[in-house]
Amino acid sequence: MIPLSWYLILSAGLFSIGLFGVLTRRNAVAILLGVELMLNSVNVNLAAFWRYGDVNQMAGQVFAIVVFAVAAAEVAVGLALVISVYRKRNTVIADEIDLMKW
Amino acid sequence: MATETLIWLIPLPPLLAFFLIVLFTNRNKALSHTIGVGAAALSWLASMVVFFRAVGAEHLGGHPFADSIPWLPTGDTFLKIGVLVDPVGAAVLFFVAWTIFMIFLYSVGYQNYGQPKGDHDVAGLPPHGATVEDHGHPNKPGAGKHVVPSIEPMYSRFFAFLGLFAFGMYTLVLSDNFLTFFVGWEIMGLCSYLLIGFWYGKPSARAAMIKAFMTTRVGDVFMLLGISFLYSATGTLSFREIFTEETLHILAATMTPIMGLSAAGLIAILLFIGTVGKSAQWPLHVWLPDAMEGPTPVSAMIHAATMVSAGVYAVVRMFPLLTAGFNGHELTTAMSVVAFIGAFTALFAATIAVAQNDIKRVLAYSTISQLGFMIAALGIGAYVAAVFHLITHAFFKALLFLGSGSVIHGMEHGVLHTGNHHVDPQDMFNMGGLRRKMPITFWTFLIGGFALSGFPIITAGFWSKDEILADAFGHGHMAVFITLAVAAFMTAFYTMRQITLTFLGEPRTKEAEHAQENKWTMTVPLMVLAFFAVTYGWVGIPEHFPLLGGLVPNWFHEFVGSTLAEHPEALEFNVIPLLTSLFVALGGLFFGWLVYRKVQAPAQDRLQIPVLKNKWYFDEAYDFLFVQPAYWFSETFVSAWMDKGFIDGILHLFGPTTNGIGAAIRNYFDVPVVNRFFGDGTADAAQWVGRNLRPIQTGRVQQYFMLALVVFIVIGAALYYLLLA
Repeated sequence: MIPLSWYLILSAGLFSIGLFGVLTRRNAVAILLGVELMLNSVNVNLAAFWRYGDVNQMAGQVFAIVVFAVAAAEVAVGLALVISVYRKRNTVIADEIDLMKW
Repeated sequence: MATETLIWLIPLPPLLAFFLIVLFTNRNKALSHTIGVGAAALSWLASMVVFFRAVGAEHLGGHPFADSIPWLPTGDTFLKIGVLVDPVGAAVLFFVAWTIFMIFLYSVGYQNYGQPKGDHDVAGLPPHGATVEDHGHPNKPGAGKHVVPSIEPMYSRFFAFLGLFAFGMYTLVLSDNFLTFFVGWEIMGLCSYLLIGFWYGKPSARAAMIKAFMTTRVGDVFMLLGISFLYSATGTLSFREIFTEETLHILAATMTPIMGLSAAGLIAILLFIGTVGKSAQWPLHVWLPDAMEGPTPVSAMIHAATMVSAGVYAVVRMFPLLTAGFNGHELTTAMSVVAFIGAFTALFAATIAVAQNDIKRVLAYSTISQLGFMIAALGIGAYVAAVFHLITHAFFKALLFLGSGSVIHGMEHGVLHTGNHHVDPQDMFNMGGLRRKMPITFWTFLIGGFALSGFPIITAGFWSKDEILADAFGHGHMAVFITLAVAAFMTAFYTMRQITLTFLGEPRTKEAEHAQENKWTMTVPLMVLAFFAVTYGWVGIPEHFPLLGGLVPNWFHEFVGSTLAEHPEALEFNVIPLLTSLFVALGGLFFGWLVYRKVQAPAQDRLQIPVLKNKWYFDEAYDFLFVQPAYWFSETFVSAWMDKGFIDGILHLFGPTTNGIGAAIRNYFDVPVVNRFFGDGTADAAQWVGRNLRPIQTGRVQQYFMLALVVFIVIGAALYYLLLA
């Protein structure tokens, strides 16, 4: 059986790729993709800890499903915002959307 | 109706009239005077019924009409109030009712009822007259405009005040105790104040009202002291309970530390000081001449019918107290004081009266003098004579005052006719020859004047004055007798001077030429009072008088004398006092006529010497002795020293001190700590922080993310290092 650490390394890798994407990509949609990666790396963690811990305790699986639901909602709202911003300002570049500047 | 019930009701109509007029009918002049005169008429009617029942009652002296009810609880007992009509009360009630009724009626005419409203009249000043279109003489030059007397602006108020005054007098006359007596006494004091100052727009009237009130107040305070002393000594204020033989004997036997007086004597003197104030006896006489500032019916009301008579009535009421311990020969100390004050006042006021030119002022001083006669008579124990003179004087002096008012009114008519307002309508030297213009006023005034002078046989004044002189002579009080005889001579003299200057000779001014007789409301009271000024003397003709004595029984002596426990004896006839009174009356009248028939101007009047003209400088002396010190006391001592110096000084001490403490707290705590440090400091800090944190607010979401990451790593590292390592 594959040891737990492999899953954790995979998860950390995924999280780092997602974080890198969030911090470096200019396109708002790509930032959202990065956020999705980070969320799913957490799901890998949750599933792995459930499988290697007490299998009768369902908390890990339930949490993963809750994260799916939240992520789906978040993407829906996020994409709607991006579309709205695009219609108003004709751009999806995050650096150009700086209305909240002091 | 039971007599007692009727007596209770007598004072009420004028009081009711007062409230009705003040509260409801003030705007309606006709209704107001109807209520006022109607109330006076009701009281008059009830008084007459009571008087005639009293005359018809047997042994009224021993069993007077009396009724009382408990009124004010004082611990275990009650202060009782009640009514009492004994013979002297009935006699006084008779003249009070008549004079009050006549004065009410006279006021209707005097205050110009039925005349148009004045052109420039204002409340608080006498009416100045009204211009009306003259339809009578269209062809005469200057015709078309005509000035006539105008109605008093505060007509209703006048009747309200008169009503309250009448209530006070009836209450006083009918009381059976010193408590309600004093209440009536003070109500009249208030009313005299209000009525003297009726024309309050005149500064002289304001001064006179205050003077009258303050002066009588001096007497009233002593009177209240006397009443309190009496109550503490006997435990009752009821006349009938005090004037019993045992009580009087105890009071006369108790000694007080003051001047060796007995309790009775001291109380009598204290009460008498009240009379001195109210009846304007020396040394508290100064207010009365100034009280002439009021409208003339008021002068009559105050001087003849009510207030000053009330003073004498007070002495009459307390006569048993005054004479307690009197053996019939040697006067007690209290009696000597009363006799001295009375006799001195009689002479003193008469000397001033001869030099006065104002028609009302002569009468004012004459009143003071005549009241002195009564007081002196009471002082020597001549009870009946004093009451007799009180009543006859009330009639003829009311007549004289109303007559003088009629003259003034007629003269004012003349003044309005000529339009020369510099002519004083009260100055006798502006008159003369009025007998032809105002015949009714002349004849009634003549009767009143002769009664005042004591014109023999016919007039009432002769009988009453003669009785006083006879009493003084008969009981051997020669000093009083001589003083009063001289005063009586001067009385006749100044009365004739007044009549000569006013009515005889030829008019000295155009105003006097145009004087006019007044309406019936003014002349009828004059005629009624003139009737009494003559006939009232006939009820008191002494039994032993030559020829006339015994023709008519001496009803007055029998009736009034029965009030006292010991019925006073009728005096033996003596020819000396009779000749004296004949001489002083006729001599005085003759000299008065002789001297003044030719006098045309004040300069020709030899008696206008400054000391008499200026009333022996009593006003000036009182001004110097009492008024100026009082002003000094209030202005310099109380105002400048006490108020501004001492009290304000303390305040000025407290003010700056607390002010300093407040400033210190403000400057050293509030401003630096609360305002600067906490208030401005927190705001400055927040501002500084905000300004310095502003650059990180770039609006770029990825920078925020980066920042959050860095902070997270730093805090995480710190926590790891601190907690786990």
